[in-house]
Amino acid sequence: MEIPKSFLGYKRENGRAGTRNHVIILPVDDISNACAEAVANNIKGTIALPHSYGRLQFGADLELHFRTMIGTGKNPNVAAVIVIGIEPKWTKRIVDAISKTGKPVEGFSIEGVGDIDTIAKVSKKAQEFSMWASEKQREECPMSDLWISVKCGESDTTSGLASNPTVGNLMDKLEPLGVHLCFGETSELTGAETVCEKRGKTPEAQAKFKKTWNDYNDFILKEATDDLSESQPTAGNIAGGLTTIEEKAFGNFQKIGGCQFIDVLEPAEEPTKGAGLYFMDTSSAAAECVTLQAAGGFNIHLFPTGQGNIIGNPIEPVIKLTANPLTAKTMSEHIDVDVSKILSREMNLSQAGDELIKSTLRVANGRLTCAEALGHKEFVMTKLYRSA
Amino acid sequence: MSNTDIIIHDEKDNVGVVVIERINPKQDCNCWIMENDKSVSIQSKDEIPLGHKIAMTDLNEGDTILKYGHDIGKVVKNIKKGEHVHVHNVKTKKW
Repeated sequence: MEIPKSFLGYKRENGRAGTRNHVIILPVDDISNACAEAVANNIKGTIALPHSYGRLQFGADLELHFRTMIGTGKNPNVAAVIVIGIEPKWTKRIVDAISKTGKPVEGFSIEGVGDIDTIAKVSKKAQEFSMWASEKQREECPMSDLWISVKCGESDTTSGLASNPTVGNLMDKLEPLGVHLCFGETSELTGAETVCEKRGKTPEAQAKFKKTWNDYNDFILKEATDDLSESQPTAGNIAGGLTTIEEKAFGNFQKIGGCQFIDVLEPAEEPTKGAGLYFMDTSSAAAECVTLQAAGGFNIHLFPTGQGNIIGNPIEPVIKLTANPLTAKTMSEHIDVDVSKILSREMNLSQAGDELIKSTLRVANGRLTCAEALGHKEFVMTKLYRSA
Repeated sequence: MSNTDIIIHDEKDNVGVVVIERINPKQDCNCWIMENDKSVSIQSKDEIPLGHKIAMTDLNEGDTILKYGHDIGKVVKNIKKGEHVHVHNVKTKKW
């Protein structure tokens, strides 16, 4: 198949392109959720991104909170941003960082005003942003404007056999076109960590991966009461035939095809070394991982599943594929791409990779994913440790 | 081409994955090795559902299970060729 050279995206002020055109109402903290949701309810064409944190965090955990907030606002799938916090200082910090992209952003704080007057004030600005964004048109953008993140979930052995290698096949075909790619899931590489480390393109990337995985493993050994066998593999994984974390890891690892990673990113960190594959240090919990990748600037997500994970994200469209014929049948409303014919050998991997590229472009051009149509908007912050 | 019942990732692997809805005891199965595109056959001893593994050889306690050509865990209870391989007879080497 000849791979298309372009897709229809929204060009942004900073040179990036979006596959979506959202106006988001971003609460800085848990107690500003009510206000953000009220505004999103008032003003059509906006979405609120409620979450559970943002108070009394400190150190690396607070930095990650800011990085996730700011990265979400900067994501090119977002046209304009309203930030609402309880107090002005942290709100301003987020607004100032997002404004560097050149997109419209405005911050509001609730202290000394109260919810009702804040909602009235913010609603006026949100209406202005929503109507402004509604005039944006899709334009032809080069494939290199696609930043694709990947993560698998509710995996079973069909993931390692077919759906993850299909994603790997897509990576092998799109990497030469200058696409940014990202995989994560530090914990779910356990067992394949030395093989993965060798996929680093440079000694620096390899060393950075090794340190990241070791730090994670030390944390597990310190915190775990016995071991991870109750959660890794999960009950769903085991039902699907996966026996050990090592087996899961080698299946997971199929998603990067033959690509080498050029750098290792902190959670929610934006890549800066140009096009190619990046590893991001993330949890393997689906919603946390995709939220961090979206905050890193990725604008479309591929999610292979075995037993049927149903995750979506409010700003980054999540395309689901499965090779499990039972899942494709029983959970068809969640599956964007069915590659189960690989198992019956009616389809080879390269054909499956081509199908996935076609579906990815349709979604990049505006087709709703199953998760979007069903209203899945899981926005989940990663928290590193308890608050002060 | 006859139907494929079991797929094996790598020639070195000592387990294969059932890719039809289930296989029954004493069923003669066709296996396809992805790495070299060869075919082999095996008779199952157990009922094994889609996605679950079958032992391609006799395995003893302490042996290593190979899949994708890599170590994915250790045998904790002897397994006969054709039997179901899963959490009841294989454990991780990690924890």
